[in-house]
Amino acid sequence: MNDYEQAARAYKIRKNAATAVTYLFLLFWAVIVLFPFYWMILTSVKTYGAYNAEYIPRFFTLSPTLENYADAFTAVPLGKYLLNTLFFTVVTTGVMLAVIILAAFAFARLEFRGKNMVFLIFLSMMMIPNELVIITNFVTVTNLNLRNSFPGLILPSVMSVFYIYLLKENFEQIPDSLYYAAKVDGTSDFKYLLRVVIPISKPTLITVIILKVIECWNSYVWPRLITDNPNYYLVSNGIQEIRENGFGRENVPAMMAAVVVISVPLILLFLMFRKKVMAGVSRGGIKG
Amino acid sequence: MKHTNFNHIKGWLYLLPALLFLAAFMVYPLIDVFIYSFEEGYNSASQTYFGVGAYNYSYVLHDPYFLQAVKNTFILVVITVPLSTAIALLISVGLNSIKPLRELFQTIYFLPYVTNTLAVGLVFMILFKKTAYSDGFINLIIRWFGGNSVDFIDGPYWAKMFVLCFYTIWVVMPFKILILTSALSSVNPDYYSAAKVDGTSRFRTFMRITLPMISPMIFYLVITGFIGAFKAYSDVVALFGTDLNAAEMNTIVGYVYDMLYGDSGGYPSYAAAAAILLFAIVLTITCINLLASSKKGH
Amino acid sequence: MEVILQNLTKRYPNRNKKIHEDIIAVNDFTFEIPDGKLIGLLGPSGCGKSTTLNLISGLQKPTSGKIFFGKDDVTGLPPESRGIGLVFQNYALYPHLTVKQNILFPLENLKGKDKLSKAEMQKKAAKAAKLVQIQELMDRKPGELSGGQQQRVAIARALVKMPKVLLLDEPLSNLDARLRLQTREEIRRIQRETGITTIFVTHDQEEAMSISDMIVVMNAGVVMQTGNPQEVYDNPANLFVARFLGTPPVNVFHGTVKNQSLYIGEEAVMKLMPDSVSKPVQNSPEASGGVSVHKASRISDGTEVYVAVRPEGFIPDENGPLTCRLSGVEVMGRDISVVSANSASLAPKIRSIISTEHKVNPADPFVRFSLRPGKVFLFDKETQERIRFQALEL
Repeated sequence: MNDYEQAARAYKIRKNAATAVTYLFLLFWAVIVLFPFYWMILTSVKTYGAYNAEYIPRFFTLSPTLENYADAFTAVPLGKYLLNTLFFTVVTTGVMLAVIILAAFAFARLEFRGKNMVFLIFLSMMMIPNELVIITNFVTVTNLNLRNSFPGLILPSVMSVFYIYLLKENFEQIPDSLYYAAKVDGTSDFKYLLRVVIPISKPTLITVIILKVIECWNSYVWPRLITDNPNYYLVSNGIQEIRENGFGRENVPAMMAAVVVISVPLILLFLMFRKKVMAGVSRGGIKG
Repeated sequence: MKHTNFNHIKGWLYLLPALLFLAAFMVYPLIDVFIYSFEEGYNSASQTYFGVGAYNYSYVLHDPYFLQAVKNTFILVVITVPLSTAIALLISVGLNSIKPLRELFQTIYFLPYVTNTLAVGLVFMILFKKTAYSDGFINLIIRWFGGNSVDFIDGPYWAKMFVLCFYTIWVVMPFKILILTSALSSVNPDYYSAAKVDGTSRFRTFMRITLPMISPMIFYLVITGFIGAFKAYSDVVALFGTDLNAAEMNTIVGYVYDMLYGDSGGYPSYAAAAAILLFAIVLTITCINLLASSKKGH
Repeated sequence: MEVILQNLTKRYPNRNKKIHEDIIAVNDFTFEIPDGKLIGLLGPSGCGKSTTLNLISGLQKPTSGKIFFGKDDVTGLPPESRGIGLVFQNYALYPHLTVKQNILFPLENLKGKDKLSKAEMQKKAAKAAKLVQIQELMDRKPGELSGGQQQRVAIARALVKMPKVLLLDEPLSNLDARLRLQTREEIRRIQRETGITTIFVTHDQEEAMSISDMIVVMNAGVVMQTGNPQEVYDNPANLFVARFLGTPPVNVFHGTVKNQSLYIGEEAVMKLMPDSVSKPVQNSPEASGGVSVHKASRISDGTEVYVAVRPEGFIPDENGPLTCRLSGVEVMGRDISVVSANSASLAPKIRSIISTEHKVNPADPFVRFSLRPGKVFLFDKETQERIRFQALEL
């Protein structure tokens, strides 16, 4: 009996130890992930003077200030960058939605000659890396005199073959009988798309929207190539601009305030739609 | 029948916007980039060239900046892909074995995915940088452990490479953790129960049951990891600024963009040749990966 | 509105690309559905009944043949111009719309002179809802309704435009047994109240027989028999129909007609009227002007036949001519089910239903039956067509 008790106790101790180690390890990684966020918020509320006086950085501040945030909006055109990005994100996502919904509906529901072949071509386009096509796009947009303009920023960013594929799969889940019922009632294909397909596919559409918004908000390479006028900078280029010749001097707290401001919208969006974002990303989102 | 004919046209009408975008910004550029890469002495201002041949490739392959970029990219790939996959696997296994706080941890681990690479890169730079006023946070920790402070941003090559790898891993982790946790949780728990009843040790269970069952997902992550790491660019810019050649930290993609635009830009032909070389490298590595995995499968 | 189907044929290319022969889903279907009747299209799965329904609705186009609604040829019309209502097997309710919005949906598509005002639409929807008794469910979503309620909503949606023809595809198959009984009475009532010509498809013969004015039995794309349910049950035209209708199903034996008697195995089970046994000869339809005429011809002595006996055609009789090994007796209250076996039977078990007046001792090794002539059918071994005969009453 005693042996068994001892074995049971030993087992329990071993198990508890394993759990403790697991939690410690997870906590360790959580700290690594969270620390940069903590540091940027912390730094953003330190005064310029206090920050530069700390030869050994301090982990907290007793006199937080919001003046860096005011600086971020007045000394550099951060507000302009944010508005540009918002406009770019909304228009790109909106145009993309219209384009991919129509295409996905055609692939999923309509019958026409050559459908399978075109779909195959679309699929093969998923494998083409952006780096290959961006060169010609750069030349095209330059030749069209669309540098430093929203059309030049937006047009090449609209298309996403992967989302067409995702939506097509989703549209195909809708039972055929719904389509036939609508046909019997005299509903046109377009009205069926608007009144039935889109409302039913709302969850997937929201996922696609969120993923595209994240992509747009963080896009850097294309905007960097196509804009050199700060009036058309998006936040990524803005932050790079701030870093290189922003506040006239090395004003780290103000830079961090700007970083906080451009990070917050997406983090809020993520926290609001946590499940959808994670499900969407695991279905095939690779950070663009 | 007239009705059917109209239906055919209708399908194409619905596809038309997508086709236009695809043709203008993907298909045409794809063809064009190959043409560019063989046009020698292309001048982007006058849009003229004086020959056709492989000179652009030869130029790029002999350009020390390109070779530096290739070296940097390979080092980055070789270090970050296995390391990030292994750490993600450890974290996922840990996540899967706990109940309380699991969702909280998952949410936290996902945060880097939704942040702006450029913005957070700036924070990393601040953390690692050594300036006249301050050694920076990381050097503070190194000093606690009795080490000497290093400038990770403007200092020695390997210090810079270390920061780059560290930040890259930090950025790619969310996707890997997400994929691996869902792969792990989809393993039928009956296998674990059976192993437990047989007295199989945890480690053996992991090696003999869990790992083989999630190996397709690990493989998927390795392939996408390779492809992603070969295209590294914006995280490098975030840490070291836009003048990457000066910092000896350029990557292949960075080289392509520098050739295209910027202070050293204006050479779309060189850029095209470099981009095609990158594509060839990625394709080769992916094929080797696929081959290796199919051999292992048999 | 009567519905006339003329030589309706539907072929599909074979999915298996190696086989170039088309699949014929519906083959030369000719039938006239009288106005205001409830018609059951009946057959095993894959027999072409759903295709027939889709051809009538216009969702599919026939390869050849014509469809008339009254005097109008609707063969080329799209579904929405035909004035039909269609209820799907899985109801096809729009999940994101409320019951009311679902019922209003068809009305909102009306254009031109048919366009209705908001008030008229509401009135029509309310009327349809009342007809199927779902007034109190109008603001719910389909997901919150039971199967039977969804079924009613689907019917209301199909009826709201007052269609000329109502089509129901397996309307009861997604309901549990109790609801099925209740709902089929409901369909009958709604059909009677509206007087709309209604065609419904089912694989369940009991369902079809119980509510239809007429049934159409189909197999492999071909119409096997049409008629009033009782008539078809009492007078099956071929072995397929005999086997398909009735539960428990008909019992089939190998038999022989010889010496003015019908033999099952070695036993002469029935005396026949001299010269009464004849089999139909089918003329080619072209020769007789599109109508196939059955001409009787006598059959020769010693012809082998299939003998089909309805379960209720067996009477336990100590001196009966048919001897079977008894394997079980199931008392079902209203009547008794006797399970037995005979070497001449096609199936290993013979199932007979007898009234409780007769006693069968379960312990007996054998049971003897005499047969009711009206419940015994003979079929040609090759064509499986019916062979008529008259029993000699003793």
